[in-house]
Amino acid sequence: MNLAGNRTVAVSSSILLFVTMLAVVGPWISPHEYLTTDFSRILLAPAATNMQFFGTDDLGRDLFVRTMLGIRVTLLIAVVASMVSLVIGVAYGAIAGYVGGRVDAVMMRFVDTLYALPFIFLVILLMVAFESNFFLIFVAIGAINWLDMARIVRGQTLSLREREFVEAARLIGVSTPRIILRHIAPNMLGIVVVYLTLTIPQAILVESFLSFLGLGIQEPQTSLGALVDAGVNQMEGASWMLLIPATLLALILMCFNFLGDGLRDVFDARRKS
Amino acid sequence: MSLLEVSGLSIRYAGAAVVNDISFTVDEGESVGIVGESGSGKSQTALALLGLLPKQADVSGSVKLGGEEIIGATEQALNKLRARRVGIVFQDTMQALNPYMQIGKQVRQVLLQHQLAAGDAADRRVMEMLRRVGLPDPERQFRAYPHQLSGGMRQRVMLASALIAEPDLLIADEPTTALDVTVQAQILELLEDIRDNTALLLITHDLGIVAGRCERMLVFEKGRLVDAGPTTSLFASPGHAHTRALLDVAPRIDRGTFPAPIKASTILSVEAAEVVYEAGGSAQLRAVIDVDLSLRKGETLAVVGESGSGKSSLVRAILGLIPMHSGRVVYAGEALDGPVETRSIAQKRDFQLVYQDPVAALNPQMRVQSIVGEPLSVHEPSLSSQERIARVITTLQKVGLDDNYLRRYPHQLSGGQAQRVAIARALILEPSVLVCDEAVAALDGSVRAQVLALLRTEQNKTGLSIIFISHDLAVVRSISHRVLVMYMGHLVEFADCEKIFAAPRHPYTRALLDAVPVPDPVVSVRVAPLKGEVGSLLSPPSGCVFHPRCGYAKEICSERAPEPRDVGGSRVACHRADDIELTPQHP
Amino acid sequence: MLRYTLLRLLGAIPTLLLVIVLAFLMVHAAPGGPFDDERVLPADVEANIAKAYHLDESLPKQFVRYMSGLLRGDLGPSYRYRDHTVSELIRSGFPLSLQLGAMAITLALLAGVSAGTVAALRQDSLLDRVIMSFAMTGISIPVFVIAPVLVLLLAVKVHWLPAGWSGSAGAAKFVLPVFTLALPQIAYIARLTRASMIDVLGRDFIRTARAQGLSTSTLVRVHALKPAMLPVLSYMGPAIAAILTGSVVVEEVFGIPGLGQFFVRGALNRDYTLVLGIVIFYATLIVFLNLLVDILYGVIDPRVRYK
Repeated sequence: MNLAGNRTVAVSSSILLFVTMLAVVGPWISPHEYLTTDFSRILLAPAATNMQFFGTDDLGRDLFVRTMLGIRVTLLIAVVASMVSLVIGVAYGAIAGYVGGRVDAVMMRFVDTLYALPFIFLVILLMVAFESNFFLIFVAIGAINWLDMARIVRGQTLSLREREFVEAARLIGVSTPRIILRHIAPNMLGIVVVYLTLTIPQAILVESFLSFLGLGIQEPQTSLGALVDAGVNQMEGASWMLLIPATLLALILMCFNFLGDGLRDVFDARRKS
Repeated sequence: MSLLEVSGLSIRYAGAAVVNDISFTVDEGESVGIVGESGSGKSQTALALLGLLPKQADVSGSVKLGGEEIIGATEQALNKLRARRVGIVFQDTMQALNPYMQIGKQVRQVLLQHQLAAGDAADRRVMEMLRRVGLPDPERQFRAYPHQLSGGMRQRVMLASALIAEPDLLIADEPTTALDVTVQAQILELLEDIRDNTALLLITHDLGIVAGRCERMLVFEKGRLVDAGPTTSLFASPGHAHTRALLDVAPRIDRGTFPAPIKASTILSVEAAEVVYEAGGSAQLRAVIDVDLSLRKGETLAVVGESGSGKSSLVRAILGLIPMHSGRVVYAGEALDGPVETRSIAQKRDFQLVYQDPVAALNPQMRVQSIVGEPLSVHEPSLSSQERIARVITTLQKVGLDDNYLRRYPHQLSGGQAQRVAIARALILEPSVLVCDEAVAALDGSVRAQVLALLRTEQNKTGLSIIFISHDLAVVRSISHRVLVMYMGHLVEFADCEKIFAAPRHPYTRALLDAVPVPDPVVSVRVAPLKGEVGSLLSPPSGCVFHPRCGYAKEICSERAPEPRDVGGSRVACHRADDIELTPQHP
Repeated sequence: MLRYTLLRLLGAIPTLLLVIVLAFLMVHAAPGGPFDDERVLPADVEANIAKAYHLDESLPKQFVRYMSGLLRGDLGPSYRYRDHTVSELIRSGFPLSLQLGAMAITLALLAGVSAGTVAALRQDSLLDRVIMSFAMTGISIPVFVIAPVLVLLLAVKVHWLPAGWSGSAGAAKFVLPVFTLALPQIAYIARLTRASMIDVLGRDFIRTARAQGLSTSTLVRVHALKPAMLPVLSYMGPAIAAILTGSVVVEEVFGIPGLGQFFVRGALNRDYTLVLGIVIFYATLIVFLNLLVDILYGVIDPRVRYK
């Protein structure tokens, strides 16, 4: 299992690394600009000539550059939003778990309440009420994703706090910050990394869903979700406009999910050995 | 032809043999014991007899039950044999019974599966069986879920499901290891009464259990059958060195010299200690009630009792790990109170604790050198890292580990090694009081003897005082100077070791001693076990909490709780301490 | 049991209240009025409109008015569908959405649990690997990708199934939307079932049951299925929310005149009252379905019930 886990991790992280590199470097290499419209060259199918590997859209813009840009935006939003949820979730969960008692009960009651909310609809409402912008998208995704992290970290802290080796450290006289740093945090790291990895595809999903509905990233900026949306409108005549961003989006999501699964296998195996 | 014929049985996992070429037989109606330490392959053998080994296991040899071959048999063929021809009971009943299913239905499923009864007739048979295994009020308990029953009651249910299809052979795999000693005695007695002519294969690590109950015994060591024969003759003259070794390290409650009482000054005294837990809503659970104790310098004080006695709560409250509701603790002339975090650095240094499960007590992410060195970094931060390592090495040597272990992680240690590391961590600061909370309960006999010897040596050298919490009276007898017996949060008896074991004053102490199996078929006498089980701490019995189980109880016992008083040099909490004669049931 | 149910019911009230307040505030904190992007209106007309929609009142007053309407099932008038109230629109769109959603969740449960159980019983076999690869693909591809791609492949390219809703009749038009909606949930439930079934089958009480001679099918049916279903049951809350979210996309892509389509149109047209009304409606639905799941959990797990 450990071996299988390692292989999954290696393959999926290599693909992700490659896609990211391509998204960063691609637009520099390509002679095209993501904004430039060329009405003499609309809806061209993918071709190596003129370096328009992914063809052009209905405004004659180069789709390779736009797709790479879309990947950048999608990944950036997902990673930053996940980091935000990581920080909030870990802090919230660790406090609730370590302090325990009433504080924990109240804090977790709040999380439970939020959990029952249909967040995605509130987010849509938020996007409707205010003009969509990057900051709002971060807030929206962060608001959804920190809950899981908080629950997991709280559960881990709570159970680690009761573990005998933590009690032994208390008895020796190890200070609370040092207990958290030396005894609790290292034992929680694995599971937090796994969930962080699994939070990223969640964030990608939310962002691309909003963009697909036309409520997320706005033109002329783009993301994979927005590209899929544009592709749907042209799918009968120019199926590549749908299939290319759709495939890349699915590939990225799949790699993150596999990476998370693989990491979990690796950490599980380590815990059992 | 024997009922069970095992020949050349081997079990391998990924090439490594856990059971190696084992042959033995069990005749109809016979009782055979299998003894061995952990990893000796005894449980794997039991599973192989039922064809229950996991797929990864590579099994060879032959197991014949009533002439039918089990190794290599199809699942359908095995399912016809299981429960009908051979039943099994496991150790951990909380896990071994389905927590989502009423116990009556679990037992009934056996009848339905083998088409032995159906409908109301099946229900009636289940209730009859539940009555036979001693479950009170079977009609009601039929619908109970496992978590609503005590461990002893669950083991009775387990036994009912194993015997309801009237098998020819009953396998009992450590059936009483998780139970309190008085309940263990009840279950062993029940096992004997109920099995009629069913053959018994009893697997245990406890030689005392085999000595009293099995006609023949088999001794396993590292997957091999090293010794076999009638129980009485093997105990009298072991055929193999390993049997001899097992007998040598088996603690005996009936013989050996008592450690002489220590006449030193008291360093720790506890008065009227109370520990109370909130139990949901306004309910309170009084875990420790008005307990006094004192600990002398260089002395080992044992605190014994069954589950729910409050022995761990008492000691954890003294250490400041849980709040003490009321009471007074004085250590070296100073009051010791509040949570451990608020105590002075010197006080923290003087008290150390060793746990039952050494693996849980060691941080899995730290190496041995950091684990053992951590107390030094807290208490002697001025040490250089070389000095610290040097101290760690010295301390490890003290507990019998060399410096090869420095860079290991806890999961790379055996149970005994891990416990030594935990002891090294506790001793490195040279504390004056060491608390051992069931510290040898999880260890095999040989390792246990070594760890006990290590504690004794350390005590003789440094005048260490030890509080030794244990449920195992035979171990307690060998190591402690004084003994405190607790029952349902109360002090029952507190006296010198010799007084407790040779002339107990409290009926409960007497019953505890009688329930301990003696690893000697000559001495081992079956005694009538103490009736009932420990009551609920949420609604304790009136008066003396022990009176519902006490054979000597009078009217006063259910009306008024007895105050501890001095009777013939022992401190006893019993109304009848000086008007009853407690005769030992062991000669 | 009754006490447990009542407690849960009581616990749902603050959640709902929170949703309503949040949603209401968001809409009313929006910069600009609901009619800003229309042609500039004469001041008196604008005042009249504001008055008609009670926009001239203070925020707390508007909230009280909205709440009292809500309690009577009145969610106010739609800003865009001028002749309809929000309640009317919900009543007209919801039955179809409910039908789709119920079919999808049923399909997801049946297919997901069967696939997961089979995979668990044949752990590490080829079949297991195939099922799990499909499941991984299923959870990784968003509904808004599957929906158009399936339409493109099965309806536009080969004409096996109808691409749209209107015009086509019979059961065929349900196939693609329901499948699309169910696919990620089938995948997720299959993974969940497999993991929990493997966990349960490894527990000691299963070994006990095997030692009693129970056949594999009895073992799964009598002993393993119930505990293995607990994680799946817990997932029903999020699954329902995901299906509702997905229905927004599916109805948009397939042109189904359900509640989801009203929602998207409302969102894009800034029809605040409609969007607010639907969000509150969805929230109530989700909260109560979650409640139902909690109660069911108590029925299955005796340890929860008696706590």
